[in-house]
Amino acid sequence: MIDLLTGLVTDYTLRTVALGSAALGLVSGALGAFAVLRRQSLLGDAVSHAALPGIVLAYMLTGARTPLVLVLGAALAGWAASLVVMLVTRTTRIKIDTALGLVLSTFFGLGLVLLSIVQRSSGAGQAGLDRFLFGQAAALVGDDLVTMTVLGALVLVALMLLWKEFKLLSFDPAFAGAMGLPVRLLDIGLTTLLVIAIVIGLQTVGVVLMSAMIVAPAAAARQWTDHLGRLVALSGFFGAVSGLTGAILSSLVPHLPTGPTIILVVTAVTILSLFLAPRRGLLAARVRKFRQRRQLQAERVLTDLYRLAAQHPEPAEAPHAVPVLRTMTSPSGVRRCLARLSDMGLAVPDPDGRWRLTPAGVDRARDILGGDA
Amino acid sequence: MSPAQVEILAIAVVTAAGCALVGTFLMLRRLAMLSDAISHAILPGIVVAFFLTGDLASPWLIIAAALTGLLTVVLVEMLTRTRRLKEDAAMGLVFPALFSLGIVLITRYAGHVHLDVDAVLLGELAFAPFDRLVVGGTDLGPRHLWLMGTITLLNAGLVTVFFKELKLATFDAGLAASLGLAPALIHYGLMALVSVTAVGAFDAVGLVLVVALMIGPAAAAYLLTDRLHILLLLAVGLGALSAALGFGAAIALDASIAGCMAVAVGVVFMGVFLVAPGRGLVAEMRRRRRQKWEFARIMLTIHLVQHEGQPEEDEESRMEHLHGGHVGWTPEFTARVVAESLDRKLVTAHGDRLRLTPEGRTLAGQALSGTLT
Repeated sequence: MIDLLTGLVTDYTLRTVALGSAALGLVSGALGAFAVLRRQSLLGDAVSHAALPGIVLAYMLTGARTPLVLVLGAALAGWAASLVVMLVTRTTRIKIDTALGLVLSTFFGLGLVLLSIVQRSSGAGQAGLDRFLFGQAAALVGDDLVTMTVLGALVLVALMLLWKEFKLLSFDPAFAGAMGLPVRLLDIGLTTLLVIAIVIGLQTVGVVLMSAMIVAPAAAARQWTDHLGRLVALSGFFGAVSGLTGAILSSLVPHLPTGPTIILVVTAVTILSLFLAPRRGLLAARVRKFRQRRQLQAERVLTDLYRLAAQHPEPAEAPHAVPVLRTMTSPSGVRRCLARLSDMGLAVPDPDGRWRLTPAGVDRARDILGGDA
Repeated sequence: MSPAQVEILAIAVVTAAGCALVGTFLMLRRLAMLSDAISHAILPGIVVAFFLTGDLASPWLIIAAALTGLLTVVLVEMLTRTRRLKEDAAMGLVFPALFSLGIVLITRYAGHVHLDVDAVLLGELAFAPFDRLVVGGTDLGPRHLWLMGTITLLNAGLVTVFFKELKLATFDAGLAASLGLAPALIHYGLMALVSVTAVGAFDAVGLVLVVALMIGPAAAAYLLTDRLHILLLLAVGLGALSAALGFGAAIALDASIAGCMAVAVGVVFMGVFLVAPGRGLVAEMRRRRRQKWEFARIMLTIHLVQHEGQPEEDEESRMEHLHGGHVGWTPEFTARVVAESLDRKLVTAHGDRLRLTPEGRTLAGQALSGTLT
């Protein structure tokens, strides 16, 4: 642990990798929150695959591996892909899932064609472009980090400036339109920000898996809050932590590819959130259901006692034994329910082991039975 | 073409046919992205089965992968059923995680054997002719041709036998269920077929092309017909055409075969998308133009009928009034609408005044009473 901390401060590569992965997680997490809310989770998949030909083409045209050029190419291709998806779904009866799959596979295919041409012409060096397939955090250098940070900051600033508009667009586009907001333009704007967020992560996570960085942090954060601001912040936080953890793990353990490792970490975060989140979490829901069932059972025993007593001339003087209660509507666990009722001060045992309601218990039973009493 | 090239083309065409058959149903059920999800997610199944058997040609690989494909579908449905995630987010979460697991397993434990990540993504179609099926010393042809041939025949056979059931379950699951057809069983059967096809095809042509061949030809065919059996035949034909075109391009460019075929799928789709009679972009534009003029002519007849017999009729029926007055057309637009209306004998010209013919009056009446067909 100490080694890791000193490593983060002194080791240039480790520091670059850690910062880069954290930045990518932060930005993709924040934008992913909107994508997941707007049911565009799979658009991220299509856009990230579609970025590949843009990257290779940018390299072929400029001959440069400058991060900004490659990122620009990726963004343009990803953007073009999302426009094709819009065009096809708006003008034909083809549905969004088919359009996404079509664009994803054909753009990616084009990327592979271009990649095979580059690799053939430039020999074994192959410009290191294939690390975009699965990402390689270890290959991040200072230049990449600067590009990622600047672009990421721009995206986040734009998100904050147009916060209210994007919020309205995500929850009620019809109302946004009625308010006079340029909905189509905002839609394209938010999609563009998403494309940039995806492109930032491509070098580290790779085009094949980048979609998970959009979906998973947001899906995790969604379990913890219902508030958009907190959702976006938490999603960014989960993304950053997962990016950081995954990148460090993959640089410490030999033969552990960066992209897949980050994805596995972020998936683990999501699964934990699904189970452990306080209110929406599956575990919390299970506990809540269990408690409700116990409460209902106890109430049933309470009303049984009340009904039995009501058949006697002196209801307050008529205790009943456990076996009698078992013959009523009460399910198993009568003793447990009675113990619970006694804890709540609603019923008391007589010395002979029979049970009677306290005055508070009688009131409660009348409350529950309402008109039936 | 050399014999090896003929064999490659044959494998590609057979694969295209097999993929198109199941892909068509995926598209119609709005599950097209499942082809992407399943074909990625089968990787860990293949890897684990490979570790256990040590043989890439073992039939266990296909069974394991098909099971993993089904597991993907089940996991997505389980996540969706918790109601904590939407279906698209669940899909975007499950398959990158499984794919990552597969890649981590390969890079950590199988770095030295013939199972590398590039081959998974891109396929090795160029090497497929070297992998022969030899029985008792006799060379029966490329192993992949036999494998994909069997899978495609299986798909074709099952689709033919269960055509009615598939059709009903796809278009009206409720009716299918009430007729006792067990749509859930049909659903999982189809998913099993998709998985088996994806496994067989991925080994020959790679993941990308599997997705392209499943979705693209079906989408293109969907723009050409409304009849299911014609849709299936067209999808198979367009898939085979794409494979052949892509192979030609790959030879000409000396580029990735799988990539070129995926691009060809996109090109074929784009061609159909542009010129398809009735549903293509050109036809759609034409229809929109025609509707614009039709609407303008109806407007003219309504305008005239409103003022017929009124004191202002003389003024309102002047041609200049149409662009000067409250109709607000440009002079050019007015001239064309009037000319077309005269052609169609909706109005007659008396100097610069327009008067409705009986046909024109009928048209306006129908439009106003909403009985226009």
